[in-house]
Amino acid sequence: MNLAEYKGVYVFAQQVDNVINSIAFELIGKGKDLAEALGTEVTAVLVGSDVKGLADELAAYGADKVIVVDDPELKEYRTEPYAHALSSVIEKFKPEIFLVGATAIGRDLGPRVSARIHTGLTADCTQLEIGDFPINPVPGKEQKPNQLLMTRPAFGGNTIATIACPDFRPQMATVRPGVMQKREKVEGAKAEVIEFNPGFTPDHKYVEIMEVVKAVSDVVDIMDAKILVSGGRGVGSAENFKLLEDLAEVLGGQVSCSRAVVDAGWKVKDLQVGQTGKTVRPNLYFAVGISGAIQHLAGMEESDIIIAINKDETAPIFDVADYGIVGDLNKILPALTEKLKAEKAAK
Amino acid sequence: MKIVVCIKQVPDTKGGVKFNPDGTLDRAAMMTIMNPDDKAGLEAALRLKEQYGAEVTVITMGLPKAEDVLREALAMGADKGILVTDRVLGGADTWATSQTLAGAIRNLEYDLIITGRQAIDGDTAQVGPQISEHLDIPVISYAQKIQIEGDSVIVERQYDDRYHVLKAKMPCLITALAELNEPRYMTPGGIFDACKAEITVWGRADLKDVEDSNLGLKGSPTQIAKASDKVRKGAGEKVTLDASESVDYIVGKLKEKHVI
Repeated sequence: MNLAEYKGVYVFAQQVDNVINSIAFELIGKGKDLAEALGTEVTAVLVGSDVKGLADELAAYGADKVIVVDDPELKEYRTEPYAHALSSVIEKFKPEIFLVGATAIGRDLGPRVSARIHTGLTADCTQLEIGDFPINPVPGKEQKPNQLLMTRPAFGGNTIATIACPDFRPQMATVRPGVMQKREKVEGAKAEVIEFNPGFTPDHKYVEIMEVVKAVSDVVDIMDAKILVSGGRGVGSAENFKLLEDLAEVLGGQVSCSRAVVDAGWKVKDLQVGQTGKTVRPNLYFAVGISGAIQHLAGMEESDIIIAINKDETAPIFDVADYGIVGDLNKILPALTEKLKAEKAAK
Repeated sequence: MKIVVCIKQVPDTKGGVKFNPDGTLDRAAMMTIMNPDDKAGLEAALRLKEQYGAEVTVITMGLPKAEDVLREALAMGADKGILVTDRVLGGADTWATSQTLAGAIRNLEYDLIITGRQAIDGDTAQVGPQISEHLDIPVISYAQKIQIEGDSVIVERQYDDRYHVLKAKMPCLITALAELNEPRYMTPGGIFDACKAEITVWGRADLKDVEDSNLGLKGSPTQIAKASDKVRKGAGEKVTLDASESVDYIVGKLKEKHVI
């Protein structure tokens, strides 16, 4: 493998139902930082059916180039044709770095592609930067400059590891949604659009989609919320979430929840914060009746202000809360909502 | 039908984790359990066995003591256990791990391979899809329901806002979500039999069609630059107040921080 042949930062521009997922813009944003450090460009790879029209939106968020792989076989996500699309793009265009969102799609697609082209893949990264590897000189080992250093939590959030892929290209990472910053949208920005179709011939690896069942929910994306009122098992019942919904409404925020709440069937998975749910970083995070398992903390501890209400004073959530109140949520929440309403009315 | 289930012995992440000087995990020093997603995968295999009739082989790669999870799986109802262990396989990343397991599975007959979606130590979710790629078979990740229909498998594949009902011709690899089921307990008879059962132990020489350059630490494209314990931002204030004082306290903080 001639590593020097591989150039440019590429990102997978995930779309579902011809709507680009926010992670694509986040990857472009981070990709720009990396590309600037390397003196190169960001190329978005858009895969789907009838998706060419979405290229301008990727340009508006900073993509310098957009490679469009458009084919009827790519209408709904399926592992094989998507893996073929990305592998073919990598073989033809030889990127130095390839970023994919750590979504339910990307975490299936990334491993399949990395295995096909024989390179390393670092999962669920929360930080990416360009630097030397090894980070500090090691006698007898070449220190290579301009490597992608990929940082990720592991062991249930107990540890942080930084990974490099010095001898293979592209350096591939899946990146946790909600962690990287998008660039400001520039309306009218244009990118060079390159159409590329490697050909799609169904074989034994193509699975058949018998049915697509969309969750019936009109919930807003909790990753976009500035204020989250999040409930855990301590809330006690689905009905009792009314207390949280009332507080969220008066604050102009949204309700989210812990995994225990989803497992109990009180709320849908879309609202789950944590390692197996979503990563959020709102301005204000209320943790109500949430004990604070390490997997939950991993999804919310970057919030600007964390207020925890829990009757168990030993709950681990208090270890990350800026303001912790040991008390009964059933008494505090209604009174708080009333007080905030009164404050609002007085203005 | 023949089902191969890949399981992993993982450190119980509720305890502390320890590293070797080279940054790799010191697995020998930690308490261990069967990885939860893998246990759900095993349970799914055992249910298919009950429903359709199947032989369930569990396979794990790890230190010699990983034999314990194989015996646990046998006590739950698996038919055969295979331990892949060899010093040259140590320090493997997901690429080298999936090469190892694929090399072992090539020795077996299989209609279905089930792995957990991800292990609670690495959390990568990569090894299942990578094994399927090395074996050139279809993969269905994030399975929340599995059924058999003739020579095909029908799976509900979970996404964030939907699920797909997918049909794939076997052989196929499926990665299981913990939500798939509630794994059964070991039975006393099962434990008794599992203690006496013979575990097959394979080393490097038993792996089929795998190059040395794809195994162990040396065969791993990814390398650890550094590893450390997570530094948390630390606790702020903690108060115990009655309801109305709590409300005043919270409202005071929201004003101080200009939220309201």
